[in-house]
Amino acid sequence: MKISREDVLRVAELAHLGLSPEEIETYRDQLDSILSYIDKLKELDITNVEPMAQVIFAPANPATGASHPELREDVVRPCDVWGPILSAAPDAAKPFFRVPKVIDR
Amino acid sequence: MSATTTWTIAGVRAALQSKKLSARELTGEFYARIDRRNAELNTYLTLSRERAYAQADRVDAGIARGETLPPLAGVPIAIKDVISTRGIRTTCASKILETYVPPYDATAVERLEKAGAVFLGKTNCDEFAMGGSNENSAYGPVRNPVAPDRVPGGSSGGSAAAVAAGLAVAALGTDTGGSIRQPGSFCGIPGFMPTYGRVSRYGLIAFASSLDKIGPFAGNVADAAAVMSVIAGHDENDSTSAPVPVPDYAAETRKPVQGLRIGVPEDYFGAGLDAEVKEKVEAGIALLERLGCRRIPLRMPHTDYAVATYYILATAEASSNLARYDGVRYGLRAPGATLTEMYRQTRERGFGPEVKRRIMLGTYALSAGYYDAYYLRAQSVRALIARDFADAFQKVDAIITPTAPTAAFRLGEKTSDPLQMYLADIYTVTGSLAGVPGISVPCGKTKAGLPVGMQVFGPHFNEGCVLQIAHAFEQAGGSTI
Repeated sequence: MKISREDVLRVAELAHLGLSPEEIETYRDQLDSILSYIDKLKELDITNVEPMAQVIFAPANPATGASHPELREDVVRPCDVWGPILSAAPDAAKPFFRVPKVIDR
Repeated sequence: MSATTTWTIAGVRAALQSKKLSARELTGEFYARIDRRNAELNTYLTLSRERAYAQADRVDAGIARGETLPPLAGVPIAIKDVISTRGIRTTCASKILETYVPPYDATAVERLEKAGAVFLGKTNCDEFAMGGSNENSAYGPVRNPVAPDRVPGGSSGGSAAAVAAGLAVAALGTDTGGSIRQPGSFCGIPGFMPTYGRVSRYGLIAFASSLDKIGPFAGNVADAAAVMSVIAGHDENDSTSAPVPVPDYAAETRKPVQGLRIGVPEDYFGAGLDAEVKEKVEAGIALLERLGCRRIPLRMPHTDYAVATYYILATAEASSNLARYDGVRYGLRAPGATLTEMYRQTRERGFGPEVKRRIMLGTYALSAGYYDAYYLRAQSVRALIARDFADAFQKVDAIITPTAPTAAFRLGEKTSDPLQMYLADIYTVTGSLAGVPGISVPCGKTKAGLPVGMQVFGPHFNEGCVLQIAHAFEQAGGSTI
């Protein structure tokens, strides 16, 4: 087994997921088999291969050297949606979202 | 007009222009169809009658004033429920967003509306677009209209099934690892995935941001191209949207395929490919050769590593993107005595099993001690897979493969083993990782009558070549090969 019960509990805590005892066992088995399969990536030699985080294309305009993605100017624009946004909140007291008491873990 | 009329975009336009019927009447006909079939097929989660009739009335008013009709005037369209629609509930097929109503439209949706489309409603899918069978929806699975005991594919199963069943003329889906192409294949209709960055993701509720794409389903390739012409193009609200000019896809689609070099990678025809699917796709390639394409054998040596790579990167991105569902700003909140307890309870109750599985896998891959071994390594293998495509496109104009290893499977057949379900994505995740455009086009049926899909990949931003091959194939009778 690559994955222990403690691993599952640690990951669930990091992800803020509550899990039932049955879920803990099920996910342990399933993650174990999935990660065992994923181990095949270790067969490949990746020395000198730059990790690819994003599909980045060649410069859109070689003359200006402008590359993709291009960032737009940071201009302040009106975004008058606070009304619908707060009204979608489970518990809001304008202009705030309300949450239960925060206690250190 | 009858209940069985097969509508195309050109057909809708001709009917409206000749005043055979109004956009309002056509919209009504589609809702009548939906009312008859949706209980069985479960394709739509929410119907947006009010907005649809308002859109139809605007088209009818334009016709009455003798205006030139916009390109999709009166065309009834379905929208996958992971794409934001102002004022129309958008659930991502999840309990956590059961009552969520977006305050704005996705860019693709806004462009469709400007082009005159009529939004019938929001389609069912796998929860947060995670799955290949539509069985991960919190609102029940979609049934395949071709064979109701079978899955429509996923994750855009509702969009594919709606078009295949004549409950929409076209639909928007999203494709992260095959979620447009594979359901297109299973339901027997074209499903098109554009180049990464070609269609704005603004308003697409994120699953895996470096892989997510919006694209169309339609009853034929020309209609898919017509929708692409409307939704493609740069958008300043998505920094990954590409400032690359959009060609006239309709014109590109009609170009002859004579002389095109089509690459056939043997890596896509090995163990695991169903014999009947293989036979049909081989027959499809032979048809393309008869149309004047030149077949070129290829090797794409990293194909076999694509599923492992994809399921690390996509789940890592998902674990980060889905952290926003915390019960604070929108969506479900479950009570908890402390903030942390509230988060946990909310996410435990709001997410279904597949979403939790992927969050767990992605969180593990990103966690201290495993980041280099899994996440960083997978990013390097992604570069090798992208290089396979770049090398191939030095030699060929397009790549032809099966879309999926099998035709549609039975409901419940694969739900007990997530790894087996993931492995079925083998032929689609490659192109997703490379960011290239691709289509699944109908390529005959199995002896049991189930549709088979042939996949065409093209180089970055050369959607035209993909559409052109798929269109020529369709016109030459590919769907009944």
